[in-house]
Amino acid sequence: MRFVDEFRDADKAHALAAKIAALCEPGRQYKLMEVCGGHTHTIYKHGLEDYLPEAVQLVHGPGCPVCVIPMGRVDDAIHLASQPDVIMTSFGDMMRVPGSGGSFFDANAEGTNIRMVYSPLDSLKIARQNPDKQVVFMAIGFETTAPSTAMTMLRAAREGLTNFSVFCNHVTIVPAIKAILDSPDLRLDGFIGPGHVSTVIGCRPYEFIASQYGKPVVTAGFEPLDILQSIYMLMVQLSQGRSEVENQYSRVVPWDGNQAALRAINETMELRPYFEWRGLGFISHSALKVREKYAAMDAELLFQVPGVRVADPKACQCGEVLKGVLKPWECKVFGTACTPETPIGTCMVSPEGACAAYYNFGRMNRNRVPEAQVSRA
Amino acid sequence: MCLGIPGEVIEIHPDQPDLAKVDVSGVRRMINIGLLVDDPPVPGEWVLIHVGFALSKIDEREAAAAMEFLEGIGQAYEDEIAALRASLIE
Repeated sequence: MRFVDEFRDADKAHALAAKIAALCEPGRQYKLMEVCGGHTHTIYKHGLEDYLPEAVQLVHGPGCPVCVIPMGRVDDAIHLASQPDVIMTSFGDMMRVPGSGGSFFDANAEGTNIRMVYSPLDSLKIARQNPDKQVVFMAIGFETTAPSTAMTMLRAAREGLTNFSVFCNHVTIVPAIKAILDSPDLRLDGFIGPGHVSTVIGCRPYEFIASQYGKPVVTAGFEPLDILQSIYMLMVQLSQGRSEVENQYSRVVPWDGNQAALRAINETMELRPYFEWRGLGFISHSALKVREKYAAMDAELLFQVPGVRVADPKACQCGEVLKGVLKPWECKVFGTACTPETPIGTCMVSPEGACAAYYNFGRMNRNRVPEAQVSRA
Repeated sequence: MCLGIPGEVIEIHPDQPDLAKVDVSGVRRMINIGLLVDDPPVPGEWVLIHVGFALSKIDEREAAAAMEFLEGIGQAYEDEIAALRASLIE
């Protein structure tokens, strides 16, 4: 590992902490949202909040694909999987997400056949091997995973597979950010833009945040220094009164995204008029469904889907955590009734969920580094 | 699921040019490179893999950093590698 040190260099982290602290205007509070759950994970894992002055607060955003799936959709999926001769395939992350009557694991104990797959493409092999069964892929995720579902559908179409379909739950990040910007609960100063989603959509879709809402956005990588560097770039913009979209992760994220991926999504899927997000409620044009051209692969058309809206458990405050209004430990059931072993809410299920990340890494007693101490004028 | 795993391209499938064999931490599996059709990778190049698809080309330095990051996060990465190991892409 000869290259890694430059992303981990402790001296550089302390130097960035000092530079960030120096940019704080006395008396001003800064709230920066990291949209992506992968960033949340890095922040807690490496205790990055200790490199920031008290005035700079990180707020965790909705970018955890498993976390935003509402309970009703989990129930719908289990209903689909319960139909005769159906094999459902799903990413492993989804298996423990609670629906109103239990998770996929619980459903399998009752007799459904929900199989974990690494890739949607794995579903095609299962479909080929089981020509007398219908294989339904439980598609979830933001623009990071939507292209893989799209490419799998295109492959199935080319092969003429007739027993493969998709239960499409793909969501798009920009409408969720807009919903948060429009929410009266929270006043944010800037955004740490998601890394992998931006690999697909590029940086342009965030321009409205800078131009219409006057907030800076910096797309960031996943190393601790990437995130500190991005916070520094946001603070520089704020100190200069600028709001622009900048790309800290240009070594991976092209400004215009991945055009082949966008073409594949556009060929096979279209925007839904609205979609329910856990905690955020219904958001217009925030999710994808299968295009009519591929109706033969749309599980929502092939089967009856109940589509019943199910309220979250009363005790669960995932919605507030997903909007950044509550910190994980401020939730009433955090760490007591709700743990990674027995999650009540989705934020505790996924490793990218803010609650799981904080439960696993965030509770250690740490001290703010000296460079991040701002002398109070 | 959202983890991007770096892999080194070993060979392109002779009959299906959108498939490539990659090496991820010693695990060799087939992945799909169709999303890089505009700038296809060649053996020896590194890609960032999401759920069986190469989503971007990266350099070796970035690959090393990404790998160390993944190894540091523990269980979630082990689950991802176990899932990749069990993958059936062909």
